[in-house]
Amino acid sequence: MNDLLVANSVSKNFGKFQALNQVSIAVPKGSIFGLLGPNGAGKTTLIRIINQITMPDQGAVFLDGQPLKPEHVRDIGYLPEERGLYKSMKVGEQCLYLAQLKGLSKTEAKERLKYWFDKLEIGDWWNKKIQELSKGQAQKIQFVVTVLHRPKLLIFDEPFSGFDPINANLIKDEILQLRDEGATVIFSTHRMESVEELCDHIALIHKSNKVLDGKLNDIKRQFKTNTFEVGLESPNKERVFAEIQDKFEVLPATFRNLHDDIKLNIKLGENASPNDLLSFLTSKAEVHHFVEVIPSASDIFIQTVKNN
Amino acid sequence: MNHLPLIIKREYLTKVKNKSFIVMTFLSPLIMIALAAVVAYLSQLNNDKERTISILDETGYLKEVFQNSENTTYTDLTGLSLENAIALVKEKKDYGLLHIASVDVLGDATNKIKFYSEESPSLSVISGLEQKIEKRLKEEKLQKDGVTLAQIEASKTNIEIAQESYDGQKSSKADNVVKLIFGGAAGYLLFMFIIIYGNMIMRSVIEEKTSRIIEVIISSVKPIQLMMGKIIGTSLAGVTQFVIWSILGGVFMFVLGFIFNIDLLAMQTQQQEVAMQTLQDSGMEQRIGEFFIAFQNLPMTNLIIAFLFFFIGGYLLYSSLYAAIGAAVDNETDTQQFMLPILMPLMLAVYVGFFTVIEDPHGTVSTVFSFIPFTSPVVMLMRIPFGVPLWQQGLSLLLLIGTFVFAVWFAAKIYRVGILMYGKKPTYKELFKWLKY
Repeated sequence: MNDLLVANSVSKNFGKFQALNQVSIAVPKGSIFGLLGPNGAGKTTLIRIINQITMPDQGAVFLDGQPLKPEHVRDIGYLPEERGLYKSMKVGEQCLYLAQLKGLSKTEAKERLKYWFDKLEIGDWWNKKIQELSKGQAQKIQFVVTVLHRPKLLIFDEPFSGFDPINANLIKDEILQLRDEGATVIFSTHRMESVEELCDHIALIHKSNKVLDGKLNDIKRQFKTNTFEVGLESPNKERVFAEIQDKFEVLPATFRNLHDDIKLNIKLGENASPNDLLSFLTSKAEVHHFVEVIPSASDIFIQTVKNN
Repeated sequence: MNHLPLIIKREYLTKVKNKSFIVMTFLSPLIMIALAAVVAYLSQLNNDKERTISILDETGYLKEVFQNSENTTYTDLTGLSLENAIALVKEKKDYGLLHIASVDVLGDATNKIKFYSEESPSLSVISGLEQKIEKRLKEEKLQKDGVTLAQIEASKTNIEIAQESYDGQKSSKADNVVKLIFGGAAGYLLFMFIIIYGNMIMRSVIEEKTSRIIEVIISSVKPIQLMMGKIIGTSLAGVTQFVIWSILGGVFMFVLGFIFNIDLLAMQTQQQEVAMQTLQDSGMEQRIGEFFIAFQNLPMTNLIIAFLFFFIGGYLLYSSLYAAIGAAVDNETDTQQFMLPILMPLMLAVYVGFFTVIEDPHGTVSTVFSFIPFTSPVVMLMRIPFGVPLWQQGLSLLLLIGTFVFAVWFAAKIYRVGILMYGKKPTYKELFKWLKY
């Protein structure tokens, strides 16, 4: 049993609109799981079902092997995309209240809040009202409230929105640390560079269906086209270029390099080995640059969505 | 996990600690008293206005009934012609001129008595004049027939019918007045409570939506828990406010009474006097006694228990609907179209209560409306002081509880879906669809 959260063919309809159609996901323990999809694909509905805010029409969700039940809210920390706090309530009171709703005792909550407030250097906000804080500051409070009860499963929906780069990094490091301490993270975002940076698993939902899932590296392997980016230098550029074009499928490439040389994307056939290409190239010119083109998460996203 | 106490506590404390709530709690009794004082002062001012009314009496014997009083001075213009009299009155800027033509007053007096004035005269002035003339003419006619003044005086009688039920319970008109006051106060209190605190609940739901905290909260608690916590917490804040108001009111009355040395009991009796014109001639002490007995005659136990049940039932029924409205919309301006269906039955209940229950507490209309759940709390509370069979109260309460359960289910459905819906204002059709989500 290595999956913390399993959703089994979950479906949900709102009237005639189908929000989720037989979606299954498995989130391995200790992973950061990217839940991706275009706007309106059904991500939020799935997240709400995991949080027991919405009930699925069909299918079931299991946390740690048990079907979801009300007690599980203690094991989940959820930072929704549409988030906010009581504006006229003081920061400290508010955090205590929300922590108690998650099942912490008051003293326990106070202790942990002190730890987090010290860590994020926001201790002097305790008696301020939320409306006196900036949006980024309020987001920090919101983050603390989400993780305070040390849930097994953390769900972040666009966690970095509203943060400046410094604070976004701070939060990113905190998420990674929580993962290292044993938490499992579901991470929903449209910012592909943070998917690239953080996620080890992803699932892509498109038009209510899951269209892709697995380890990010496996998926990348699936999507790779056996293409190599090369930079060559030779006195007879034209002749070398013509010879390469004869043997391989060639596209122009752009990358930064010290030399004013031939820059190409060379696509190999299914079974061709990069070694063959390399030895061919070294026999023709001086090789300065030789890199396998790895599809980015963004490429995979766009390609999958377009094909479906 | 039961978070209800925690939610109730938060809702209660936020309401009670809110600045405007505190200001309202302590300021509104002052405002009410100030307002009452201003109204009393103004009506006093109106009554105190001095008028001069000129009399042109051509019969010669009617003018003596017009004796100067505190606010009214009569001037006798007998001898002048009508044209001159009018001109004079106009010039003097008198209130008006009463002209009594010289005719055989024992005959037909139609059109023989006229009142001339700049503006149309007040109703009370005219009826006062009419009463005086009628009385005098009646005496004149009787005397013509040989009846002496002493005999007329002696013929005046004052009848009061004593009331007693089949099982020997004595009652009087004072009873009915006391019952009306009790029932009316209870019904009106409920009405005010629903409107004030229902709105408060609605606003607090909207606040949670606009501050976007709702999704954070309902990932920890069930929406119905949040809704019930809100309703109960706000109601407790309301009860607190009412208790403070009654204490403040009591203290004010006491202090005022002490300062102005006003006998409170006498003052109250004076107020009730207005409602009880028939008792005008009986003695003050007897009246106080009657009210005291009437008060004791009220079915107190029944009244208090029924008040608690109907008050709570009615309040919860309406406040869950208010919560549902709050959940369905994004801001307060959008609430208008949904408020109407709530306010209509509530207004209806109050009107039915004040018009038909007073007329006939056990008539068909009052009885029917005291069973319909949306009007029953107010109407039944008004009826109960007049004695309603227990089976009727029970049945009405049962219907109310049934509807309440249904309303909470309905509101919870709307609430659950509505709190996560942002953007356009929903239509009734969409609300209906939400029930099936």
